[in-house]
Amino acid sequence: MAWRAPACRCFETMLTKCCGFKEGCKQTRLLKPDNLTSLHPSGVRNIWLSFARRYTSTHTTVDPDELKKFQAWSLRWWDEEGVYSALHSLNDLRVPFIRDTLISKNGNHELGSPLLGVKLLDVGCGGGVLSEPLGRLGAAVTGIDPLENNIRTADLHKSFDPDLDSRIQYTACSLEDMEDDAAEIYDAVVASEVVEHVGDLESFIKCCHNVLKPGGSIFITTISKTPLSYALGIVVAEKILGIVPDGTHDWEKFVTPEELERVLESNGFAVETVNGMLYNPLSTSWSWIDSTSINYALHAVKTAPPEETFSTEQPPEEEQSTPKVDAHLGTTP
Amino acid sequence: MPLPPGIRLLSRLLAPGASRRGNCTATSPPLYDVVISGGGMVGGALGCALGFDPHFQNKKILLLEAGHRKVLDRVPETYSNRVSSISPGSATLLSSFGAWDHICNMRFKPFRRMQVWDACSDALITFDADGLEDMGYIVENDVIVAALNRQLDSLAGHIEVSYRCRAVGYTWPLPYHTSESSPWVQIELSDGRIIQTKLLIGADGQKSLVRAAAGIQNVQWRYDQAAVVATLHLSEATENNVAWQRFLPSGPVALLPLSDTCSSLVWSTSLEQASQLLNMDEESFVDAINSAFWSNDSHSDFIDSAGSIFRSALSFLMPSGTSARQLPPSIARVDPKSRAMYPLGLGHATEYIRHRVALVGDAAHRVHPLAGQGVNMGFGDVSSLAEHLSRAAFAGKDIGSTRHLLEYETERQRHNLPMMAAIDLLKRLYSSKNAPFVLLRTLGLQATNSVSPVKEQIMAFASK
Repeated sequence: MAWRAPACRCFETMLTKCCGFKEGCKQTRLLKPDNLTSLHPSGVRNIWLSFARRYTSTHTTVDPDELKKFQAWSLRWWDEEGVYSALHSLNDLRVPFIRDTLISKNGNHELGSPLLGVKLLDVGCGGGVLSEPLGRLGAAVTGIDPLENNIRTADLHKSFDPDLDSRIQYTACSLEDMEDDAAEIYDAVVASEVVEHVGDLESFIKCCHNVLKPGGSIFITTISKTPLSYALGIVVAEKILGIVPDGTHDWEKFVTPEELERVLESNGFAVETVNGMLYNPLSTSWSWIDSTSINYALHAVKTAPPEETFSTEQPPEEEQSTPKVDAHLGTTP
Repeated sequence: MPLPPGIRLLSRLLAPGASRRGNCTATSPPLYDVVISGGGMVGGALGCALGFDPHFQNKKILLLEAGHRKVLDRVPETYSNRVSSISPGSATLLSSFGAWDHICNMRFKPFRRMQVWDACSDALITFDADGLEDMGYIVENDVIVAALNRQLDSLAGHIEVSYRCRAVGYTWPLPYHTSESSPWVQIELSDGRIIQTKLLIGADGQKSLVRAAAGIQNVQWRYDQAAVVATLHLSEATENNVAWQRFLPSGPVALLPLSDTCSSLVWSTSLEQASQLLNMDEESFVDAINSAFWSNDSHSDFIDSAGSIFRSALSFLMPSGTSARQLPPSIARVDPKSRAMYPLGLGHATEYIRHRVALVGDAAHRVHPLAGQGVNMGFGDVSSLAEHLSRAAFAGKDIGSTRHLLEYETERQRHNLPMMAAIDLLKRLYSSKNAPFVLLRTLGLQATNSVSPVKEQIMAFASK
């Protein structure tokens, strides 16, 4: 089931062939490659290839122009009017959502740094578009993303701000990679616009459960699996308006709030809030709506330990564990 | 496993740890969240508004003021000749961070009525305060600055104030992020320091250097008028709670109350007459003022009769609409050395914001003093910008991001542009002695005066 993003894979293959270098990039089982590559500009892949070729054939230093070009591309994460502009403006909803939920859970907070003392994991942090505001609010943020390009962009961007630099740590890894040394250490996990790219939702949620402290919060924003979300999220947003790069999403992987709630509840979470969100491409802004048939945000709290029997006895065969959970659910009143 | 040198270099260049060029080390200049250039009334108010904002508690703010620190331990006996009319909205802003209490403890004069009338006819308009509220307050600029400085002192440690210090050079960030260049505005100060800021605010007046350095276009023209200011003593003590303004063909002359026995003069007139007024002896100066308020030389019989017919028609239609004409106090003498003049003009910055830059107050807009709106528009900017920045800080946003700055610009231009247009129109309409214009403004003023809802709208707009 192991995979690598194609760009990384090519790079690694070439390096492995020529120099025996095997640690080209990290692996993950949770995310599918085709979704990931679409998250960063397509040109990156070619640059990677040209690096690899330049390297493996001539063994000279990197062409600085190529390096610059590469960096310019990955820095598109921070162009507020660029391909990720909808993600930037989504902050207007998701940051207050996370902030207010955590403030009301923790009671008193320090003025000016309402999230001070909160240890937070941002899964699929990309270029750090959400990690930075949460860090500015005082949270100690760990941002992880399987793509090293993204982590480099995020790291570079925060490095200019000394406050953020000390509060945010970025690591290029998958959620599974960090599970062992990160058991029950986070007050909150944020998976924003991530679960629609995840291959195995159930094990993803389990991983989130493992890294959360008891009583910790998980925040998820994603897109529902409805005909409307296909029409708006894929046809309109990707093909017609180009708000999101074409091919970003695979409708088959979208998950309805009901399905997500079911998976969360069967894995030791209590779902507290589900709110619908609507993007207005004219004003490029988001607003809360009642309907969760397109985009939605969810908050759940870790209550019970997960079904230990499944995670310890049969970790490699997760697909088999799913029906068992269902069966188990069926008997529970 | 040994790596070929090229690969080592590649991985070093691309490794997360390698991208630390922008990292704040001991050598890189100190980074502020907000730097305010200009510590006058508007800049000082913005410093206070941000400094007392709960969401700005952990932000670093620097205020640069080119002048000396103004201390006002004791209110001087004589009044300063530079005063401002403070609207209730501005007073609310000043009290929101405690500066208004200091002003009340120092010196200020509320007024409850405004009477504006025409030198070319009997047309007049009056504005009266509702119930117990005041229409506005006449406060010396020095008192406002001293009150703000006292509040800034109480924020020491949170807000840094550098007096006798100004920016001598700016390095602007690129609109997009690159690995080579700093994303912040870099400022070279006159004392040799180099600092960086996430947001630079130009509160440095009508000749704003921030505006010029940022390359923001400024539409401006001179009015070929100057304002003569002076502190005047009344012939006899009165309640003195009315602000008077008469439109002379050469420009408006205003008498603003300072105390029971003193008023402040703001006389906008042609440059020649202004310098004459400045150089004549004190007795002739007082005579000139009295005749400016009392003389009927510019009246014409035709306009007078047209005006009185219209007025009686209006009073027939709306018996309660018009209020009685009051007579302004007569002036006994002028405070020696209080006479001064300054040129008048209009200025409008086409943009109030750029990437990591915002303009407030006269740096963004300069108006004729006839409506007493100049500093109130500036305080309005402060109130709006502080609110948008506070909201941005509470949402964890990059404080210099164009997104919320644009909201500030839209909100303020929506208020300031109509205000500027109205003031400019009034100035032009009243600069004329031509009968059609005089008739138009006579009838217009009378009609406006008798329709309370219109008057209330005007007052609501002007008292923000």
